[in-house]
Amino acid sequence: MMTLNRTKIVVLALLALLVAPFGVQAEGLIAAQSFKGDNRIIVTFSDPVEKMVVEDVSNYTVFEEPDPDIRLTLESAVLSEDGKVASLSFEEPLNTAITHVVVIKGLAGVDKVTFTVSKSYLGYLFGIFISAMLINNFVFTKYLGLCVFFGTSKKKETAKGMGVVFTLVMVVSALMGWFFYNYILIPYNLNFLQIVIFIGLVSLTVQAVDTILRKVNPILFNSFGVFLVLVIANCVIIAVPLIVANNNYNIYETFMLALGAGGGFLLALYLMSSVSERLQLANIPETFKGLPIAFIVAGQFAMAFLGFSGLQIF
Amino acid sequence: MANDKSSMQLISRGILSENPIFKLALSMCPAVGISTTVMNGFMLGVAVLFVQVFSSVTISIFKNVIHPRIRIPTYTLTIATWVTVIDLVLAAYMPEAYAKMGIFVKLIVAFAIITMRLEMFACKESINDSFWDGVGMGLGFMVGMMAIGFVRELLGSGMILGIDVLGFKPLLFFILPCAGFFVVALMMAFFNWIEIFYKRTKGLK
Repeated sequence: MMTLNRTKIVVLALLALLVAPFGVQAEGLIAAQSFKGDNRIIVTFSDPVEKMVVEDVSNYTVFEEPDPDIRLTLESAVLSEDGKVASLSFEEPLNTAITHVVVIKGLAGVDKVTFTVSKSYLGYLFGIFISAMLINNFVFTKYLGLCVFFGTSKKKETAKGMGVVFTLVMVVSALMGWFFYNYILIPYNLNFLQIVIFIGLVSLTVQAVDTILRKVNPILFNSFGVFLVLVIANCVIIAVPLIVANNNYNIYETFMLALGAGGGFLLALYLMSSVSERLQLANIPETFKGLPIAFIVAGQFAMAFLGFSGLQIF
Repeated sequence: MANDKSSMQLISRGILSENPIFKLALSMCPAVGISTTVMNGFMLGVAVLFVQVFSSVTISIFKNVIHPRIRIPTYTLTIATWVTVIDLVLAAYMPEAYAKMGIFVKLIVAFAIITMRLEMFACKESINDSFWDGVGMGLGFMVGMMAIGFVRELLGSGMILGIDVLGFKPLLFFILPCAGFFVVALMMAFFNWIEIFYKRTKGLK
């Protein structure tokens, strides 16, 4: 009983850590602050405040923590009926991954009230994972890796094997790509060699997985080995390091992106193969047999995945 | 493949009988991803044409030096080099078009069609033939991309090459990204239909 309770507390604490934005609290007056949508900040005050001060846009100074010189323009500030919750809308969408600093002048007789708004970092990492897997699914919304996608999604077994191999190679090569990019390409100004280095790394990883698997687990190799050759000539894998280099991700973000991309690919392959198995029994018009019907099915999945586009968990 | 093929035959083969997009069904990613306008299709087509021709010629020049066991890595590195060249050129001289194509220019390196042509053709044939084969395949890809772009741009926004032709927007759905799948599917089905129809009439005669 005790252990169960303790586990519960630990789980709850972890959840709270995930959900609660751990910004620095201003001295008592600001009860809570969070992002809402991509261009609003919600501030909750512990006591009702003056409407005049809060709704005057010129009283605010808002900037991203890394560059205090670039001020963000506030469009409007609206105070709720009870005078406790203010909603600040911005003209441009905010980059919610970065900590924002908000300064309010003349609030409650205090000269300046300063507080920061940020997302919890774990939540942000999880957001990258979910985004790569569902919202920006590499197959259905980024249209990458279609050759392999249509080639190997005939049977569920193949699809699963392929997806696992892809995820593995993707994570390993993305981490290696990140390392090379940050410690070799950037310091020596060799940024233009990105493509050559990344494709080399992918081939290397595939070759390594092939050799290691052959020695360590021959049974697994017999079932997966066939796919390894296909992995090299695939744009999904090379896309991950390129995206990482483009967005200057750190190592945790890279790992989550690669994992999400791999998981998304596995999901897409599995969904498609489930449909393909049914399609073999269906009576399809002569002209649509083979690839055309597969494309139609993929299009329908893509439409379904559009539904994830507004998804925001943290 | 005999050496007596003329350049025109090689080009027409790339565009028609072995069209990379509709017949070989290779390099589908860009065909679905960025074929929203004719111009996009054309720009990526030019990039692919460039990479295909130069890689084919490079491999054809060095075909006797490359050891068969390391031929695939050699092909990959050759392609990667030429992709880097076109990537930097586009980024420098056409920043707007480059921004629209996004990551796909860099991803030319993983297009199956280019590696396949090197493996099937350039490593065996003369430099001259490889050049024309590359031109044919590149043009075939470009034509395919432009055809899809044409359908999507016309039906989606009523325009061709940015010029308003219809005066209204028939189906906004077609410029949505996922419509690419449907357009490619319908066009493939259309070509299949022509082929089946052709075979049937021939069979009846």
